[in-house]
Amino acid sequence: MEFETVIGLEIHVELSTDSKMFCSCSAGFGGEPNTKTCPVCLGHPGSLPVPNRRAVNDTILLALALNCDITGCSIFHRKNYFYPDMPKNFQISQYDIPISSGGTLEIDMGEYTRTVGITRVHLEEDTGKSVHVGESGRIHGAEYSLEDFNRAGIPLAEIVSEPDLRTPDEARKFMQLLHSTIRYLEISDCKMEEGSLRCDANISVAVDGSMGTKVEIKNMNSFRAMHRALTYEEQRQRRTIRDGGEVVQETRHWDDARGTTSPLRSKEEAFDYRYFPEPDLVPLEPDEAWVRELREGLPELPGDRVRRFVSEYGLSREIAETLTGERALADYFEDAAGKGQDPVAVAKWIAGDLGALLNDAAVTIQSCPVGTGGLSELVELIDGGVISGKMAKDVLKEAFETGNSPRLIVEEKGLTQIADESELDTLVDEVIEENPGAADDMRDGKEQALKFLMGQVMKKTRGKANPKAASDIIRKRLT
Amino acid sequence: MAISMEEVEHVAKLARLALSGEEKEAMRCQLSDVLEHAHRVSEVDTEGVLPTSHVVPLVNVFREDVVRPSITPFEATGNASWAEEGAFRVPRIL
Repeated sequence: MEFETVIGLEIHVELSTDSKMFCSCSAGFGGEPNTKTCPVCLGHPGSLPVPNRRAVNDTILLALALNCDITGCSIFHRKNYFYPDMPKNFQISQYDIPISSGGTLEIDMGEYTRTVGITRVHLEEDTGKSVHVGESGRIHGAEYSLEDFNRAGIPLAEIVSEPDLRTPDEARKFMQLLHSTIRYLEISDCKMEEGSLRCDANISVAVDGSMGTKVEIKNMNSFRAMHRALTYEEQRQRRTIRDGGEVVQETRHWDDARGTTSPLRSKEEAFDYRYFPEPDLVPLEPDEAWVRELREGLPELPGDRVRRFVSEYGLSREIAETLTGERALADYFEDAAGKGQDPVAVAKWIAGDLGALLNDAAVTIQSCPVGTGGLSELVELIDGGVISGKMAKDVLKEAFETGNSPRLIVEEKGLTQIADESELDTLVDEVIEENPGAADDMRDGKEQALKFLMGQVMKKTRGKANPKAASDIIRKRLT
Repeated sequence: MAISMEEVEHVAKLARLALSGEEKEAMRCQLSDVLEHAHRVSEVDTEGVLPTSHVVPLVNVFREDVVRPSITPFEATGNASWAEEGAFRVPRIL
């Protein structure tokens, strides 16, 4: 049997607008229950939703970044369902005429690239948050639920991919690229742990080229969880098929602690959402000037930037990807590389030691105490043979902690020179042993011999021995 | 435009309505009449008329992204029959 895994993703992104999608309540994260609600987001009769211009703007921007076509005239629909996370009993969403469709996102897997189709990007509102009170904390076994509508009505962009992904690795790469793309656009903070970026997956296994049954996976709250869940599910479906069983079409819940998926509901009882056009909202018709302005204002996106970093600076793809993950980090690199030092070395220091220092101290690149000039200086000091790469690690650490320039640190600490006595002792001993004649002359009081011996010590250390300390030791030994 | 008993049962299920056999039959007749009535619209010649989801000739009605004060949790849950610490309390789901 020849297996092929087929994965499609559905991603929800909370837009970081100040106010909600259809009312003026704050769209900020969290807060005490129901402190960010009003008659509109509570669905009171007679209230009227009015769309947030910036949310529409940001969704168009996202759609353009994913190479989608912007729909000339799109409309909102009501998605009807019974679940207490929406007080209206429906969610305002888009259905058959979304704001955009037909895009692509290209992922680079090293040995190959894959162009993943983007079915659509549409705009909807987020739902409220349910806290299930009872033993398990999950729906099953709960005694009752508490509903908080602070999140209800926050603008949500939904991105649907075509089933073009073939491995969990590809799915993870796609999510990472999408994540950094959205961050570049500065339209969402994309925090998976806070739920401002959420991902569901459809996964099936085709056997000998014939399509398999699709299973939906929910509750994947990190890139790692997504990768593990898809790997688990891929194996589960293959095993089921190999054992002669049948994969059931259903929605499964990923349990991160157990590392397994379990059935949530079967498609048999799938919802019938009875979509109909939202009568309280008029159509969206973004004019050409608006769309053109957004298109022209698009920043260079991470995928393009990786390719440029590889061709322009000669970086490896891995380092280029690390540096372009965050727009500010990529900017930092370009600024540092523009100061005349070897860009490959500059990139390695940023992606390596500086990255680790930032990580450990939980500092963002924007407030990094080592400026781009300092980093360039560090590389210059190494290239000029002033300090070794090993010494540079300590210099960078000190620069990070004190904010001093690497050159200043090197000068102040005399780091260019070997001043350590025990190290010099050994060196002097070697020099004396190798030059018995000169040593004898020194013992006879010939000052000329000291100069010769010092020259040998300097030669051995490539000029890095501290002259005063070295000559003191020679005198001590030979007089 | 008669609709079947199965359709009535499906719609009743979606609306979370428990209907007796008699009520179902009554609904079947009434819903059929409603559909019959609405169906007359399709007799009108709509050649060259664009699909209309709204009767008002407006597009792009927006508000600016400005936060205004919300109501209090006390006001929000004021009409709820069951509330707890500012949250709406609902019977267990499923």
